[in-house]
Amino acid sequence: MLYDDTIAAIATPPGEGGIGIVRISGRDALRILERVFLPVRAGAWRPYRMRYGRVVDHAGVTVDEALAVFMRRPHSFTAEDAAEISVHGGPLVLERVLQLVLAAGARAANPGEFTMRAFLNGRIDLAQAEATLDIITARTTAALALAEAQLGGWLSGELRRVREQLLGLLAYCTALVDFPEDEVEPQDVVSPLAAALHALDALVATAQQGIIYRQGARATLVGRPNAGKSSLLNALLRVDRAIVTPIPGTTRDTLEETANLGGVPVVLTDTAGIVETDDPVERIGVTRSRQALSAADLVLMVVDASCAPTVADREIAALTEGKRVILVLNKVDLLDTSGSVSIVVRLQEYGQIRNNPFDATVAVSALSGQGLATLGAAVAQQLLGTVPQPDGRMVTSARHRDALARAADHVRDALSGYGHGVTPDLLAVDLTAALSAIGEVTGESVGDDLLHAIFSRFCIGK
Amino acid sequence: MHHIHPHPYDVIVVGAGHAGCEAAHAAARMGCRTLLLTIDLDKIAHMSCNPSIGGPAKGHLVREIDALGGLMARVTDRTFIQIRLLNESKGPAVQAPRAQADKRLYARIMKETLETIPGLDLRQAMIERIVPPVAVLHASNRAHGSARMADPLPDTRLYSVITHTGRVYQSKVLVLTTGTFLRGRAITGDAVWGAGRAGEAPAIALSHDLAALGFPLVRLKTGTPPRIDARTIDFTRVQVQQGSSVPLYFGHYDDPAGSNDRTCVAENPSFAIWQSPAFSGPPSSAYPAPFLDGWRPQLPCYLVHTTPAFHDIVRHNLDRAPLFSGVIEGVGPRYCPSIEDKIIRFADKERHGMFLEPEGWSTTEVYVQGCNTSLPEDVQWAMLRSIPALQHVELMRAGYAIEYDAVATGEIAADLSARRAPGLYFAGQINGTTGYEEAAAQGLMAGINAARAVQGRSPIILRRDEAYIGVLIDDLVTKEIREPYRMFTSRAEHRLLLRADNADLRLTPLAGELGMVEPARVEAVERKRAEASALLATLRNQRVFPSAATNARLMAAGIAPLNGEATAEELLRRPDVRFEQIQQALDLPPGAGSVIEQIEIEAKYGGYLLKQQREVERLRRMETRRIPSDLDLSGVRGLRSEARQVLLRFRPATIGQAARLAGINPADIAVLIVALERRSGQVIGTEQSVSSA
Repeated sequence: MLYDDTIAAIATPPGEGGIGIVRISGRDALRILERVFLPVRAGAWRPYRMRYGRVVDHAGVTVDEALAVFMRRPHSFTAEDAAEISVHGGPLVLERVLQLVLAAGARAANPGEFTMRAFLNGRIDLAQAEATLDIITARTTAALALAEAQLGGWLSGELRRVREQLLGLLAYCTALVDFPEDEVEPQDVVSPLAAALHALDALVATAQQGIIYRQGARATLVGRPNAGKSSLLNALLRVDRAIVTPIPGTTRDTLEETANLGGVPVVLTDTAGIVETDDPVERIGVTRSRQALSAADLVLMVVDASCAPTVADREIAALTEGKRVILVLNKVDLLDTSGSVSIVVRLQEYGQIRNNPFDATVAVSALSGQGLATLGAAVAQQLLGTVPQPDGRMVTSARHRDALARAADHVRDALSGYGHGVTPDLLAVDLTAALSAIGEVTGESVGDDLLHAIFSRFCIGK
Repeated sequence: MHHIHPHPYDVIVVGAGHAGCEAAHAAARMGCRTLLLTIDLDKIAHMSCNPSIGGPAKGHLVREIDALGGLMARVTDRTFIQIRLLNESKGPAVQAPRAQADKRLYARIMKETLETIPGLDLRQAMIERIVPPVAVLHASNRAHGSARMADPLPDTRLYSVITHTGRVYQSKVLVLTTGTFLRGRAITGDAVWGAGRAGEAPAIALSHDLAALGFPLVRLKTGTPPRIDARTIDFTRVQVQQGSSVPLYFGHYDDPAGSNDRTCVAENPSFAIWQSPAFSGPPSSAYPAPFLDGWRPQLPCYLVHTTPAFHDIVRHNLDRAPLFSGVIEGVGPRYCPSIEDKIIRFADKERHGMFLEPEGWSTTEVYVQGCNTSLPEDVQWAMLRSIPALQHVELMRAGYAIEYDAVATGEIAADLSARRAPGLYFAGQINGTTGYEEAAAQGLMAGINAARAVQGRSPIILRRDEAYIGVLIDDLVTKEIREPYRMFTSRAEHRLLLRADNADLRLTPLAGELGMVEPARVEAVERKRAEASALLATLRNQRVFPSAATNARLMAAGIAPLNGEATAEELLRRPDVRFEQIQQALDLPPGAGSVIEQIEIEAKYGGYLLKQQREVERLRRMETRRIPSDLDLSGVRGLRSEARQVLLRFRPATIGQAARLAGINPADIAVLIVALERRSGQVIGTEQSVSSA
């Protein structure tokens, strides 16, 4: 607290919800907003004026359509410069937007930090602040308990190893500079740095999965009418109504539209029921499909195996460009009975309706249940990217991921610095920064540990 | 029978070690009538351990002391018999000079320097009692002091100091720099004797007086190695370590050209102490030639190593080592282990290096650095003689361990005043530190703040991002001291900003405001700052194009040719390029050495400096947020009782200090901030909405 930096967090509760908000507060709020958000109409920002545009990554690629607003201090919820970006709200999209905001210079907010700033800036009164404080304290305690539960296990083990490696190197650098006349054995710097970097990168890589397991993902079913979207939706929801994820404490109430697919809670949205008119564009519900698509982490394109691709199929497929899409060849039970066309032929035909190939293809029958388990596994695999970690070994908090990613960056700096021949005192700057970022997760500071590491490893002193 | 000294002083300093000398000098310099009391006027600023000053972190402290107008750097510069720049290849932030001083000359020059300071009196006396003002006594709620005095004190609002001969001195504030004298006890083998330093009596009553005032005391331990006779060293079997071949000093001096350049001092006619009789002749004939005799005569140091026989002798006599037999109670420092400790803890290490350091230009007494020990004297003889170069060595003094009382952590505030007794200041080993430099740094600040208190001004507290001195004192008020505290560069989290080369830029302007240095010195520093900034701007604006002619000039100056357009600063950023080369290639104006040093560091390490600067700014608000000393912690809602106890014990002055205390977590800080706001009862939007501009 009391920092001069800029903080950011997802301001909407995790899980469902049509709109998700990323909130930014601090002196760099506007600069960060300008980095990640491109308004459709150019021009300077006017405070409190909502603008429509796109969230883009550093390469300029669109992440999502969004609305954004900038608030000038002191007239904001924290009385600091602040901004909010509203996106359609798939947790993955929301996380991606937050990551871009953090990459642009914000720091992940601590629990209650927005409220604390609001109070410190005189935005809210003491009664409100003390009420919040109770929550902060409780939350901190709860978070601590949670962190301890997690840290008691694999994560603390992993981080302890990384920390030992970095602390050993820092002790070495420090021994070199603080005891120049003592005999300090030369030490390999690159391997422990590379090992630490590998471990940190691996941890950060698990965060994508961890956050999906904890918060779930959104999948949208698209397809022309009568392709069987609704029956597929119902069939998928029937698969397993008790949602149990490998992460403790994240078992969810079964919601009508949330399915457990391969262990991942997936909110399924159906574009069925879209008005059908004679107008070919209206008929396929372009506008509404686009909206549903934009919020999706994953698209299930449902097609009818009993007939050949139509123009409408192609038009819908065109809408899914840029998204991760699974082609679901439904009604394969009909093929079996008629026997006129094989699954292979249909798969080939439908596989070509999209400019870019589909990310996966699954043949199912919503009616008989055939292929549904395969579809669930395919959904999970697409969302999680790689094979799921065993035993739930994943970083599940955005704050942890932020800290570990920063630690990894500092180790990367140290490695490249060492490669360029920087002196031990400069190397120590990056090592200290990496250790302090790890300390944000484990709660350990460097301080006296370092001296202990030096004196236990090196025989020094006059 | 007491006899009262007729004139009360503003400031009395008890103890004329490295802390006491700086404290007395600073207080007098700032206009206070000051008395410096010492047990032996011939041992002022005595070096009871190494005859050595400086090194990483310690050398930084010495540079800062000089930048603030203190004495240590200048007395060292006038009396060293060797100086070297350590860590030359390990980065700009950790480079630091280290000198071997002539031990006796150092004490003499320090005494003579103090004798020139107006308003400063020196007296030799042993202090039997200290009696605080009545108000302090009442607050401490103890039956003590004047109640038991046979004679009434003339002014009970003052501190009174009573000597062993019955003379009573009084002052408004009192600075205690008692070193290892408080209940000091020296140990060699099974010989244990009361001692303040080797051969001097300890202060027993003073220790009791402090305890009676309610100060909790802790027991610390430190040690020294044996001293040997140079005439009995075989110098053909040692490695020689020469001093610097180029001029090097601790102090910041104005050279004739006015560029404040350290390397020009050699030509400064006012700085020719080494031409005095002490250095005019050859050194003691015990030391073999050659001597370095370029810019200044210097004596080398010599390196020897322990042998397997040495290790055997130590191991066989461990049962006689007081360190392991339980005779020694105090906690010794990990970074200054005794030789017996090193041999036990690092059993697989085959040998340990030891430096033989002459204690002066013309004495044959040699300090064996790295051989601290409290083993019995016969063992010390035997183990040293197992080293080839020391086969026939004679000990002049045996090594010993010394235990002493220090005031426990949590008793002093950041201005070094005692929280329990207003007007009383502590500096040096009494605060749990070790080292001359650490002591001098505290002495300087205690002297400055004692004077400020007398003058009714606010205390001077250096921040952690401002000076090693700030780090040192902040550590003393926020950390549990379990072993004697020594300064390391690693204790300074912003150390890239706290370099030996910019101590003057950081601190001399403040010293000017305090009246600790002449205006001319501040002007010289501001000139250096302006010149560095102008030269850097020149380099930034100087565009260099990769034409054949330019590349030919660059290559002639030893700079690799350009592939594309660059600025001169970008050229300087290359690790192997020095300013002189660029100056030669591009016909730039020359700069003073100290100015070039600044811009080279700025260009080469700018990225790292910026990282640290940002970190400092991030923390600035916590550091400037004050916690009033009368804040009622028991009334703070939601504060954990563990946190409350820690805060009560250390009484941090700022939120930043509180956050650094062990046992305080971010939620506690949040609770504390809310309590502060509740107390001030005001909206603080104005302070917070500092423009980001």
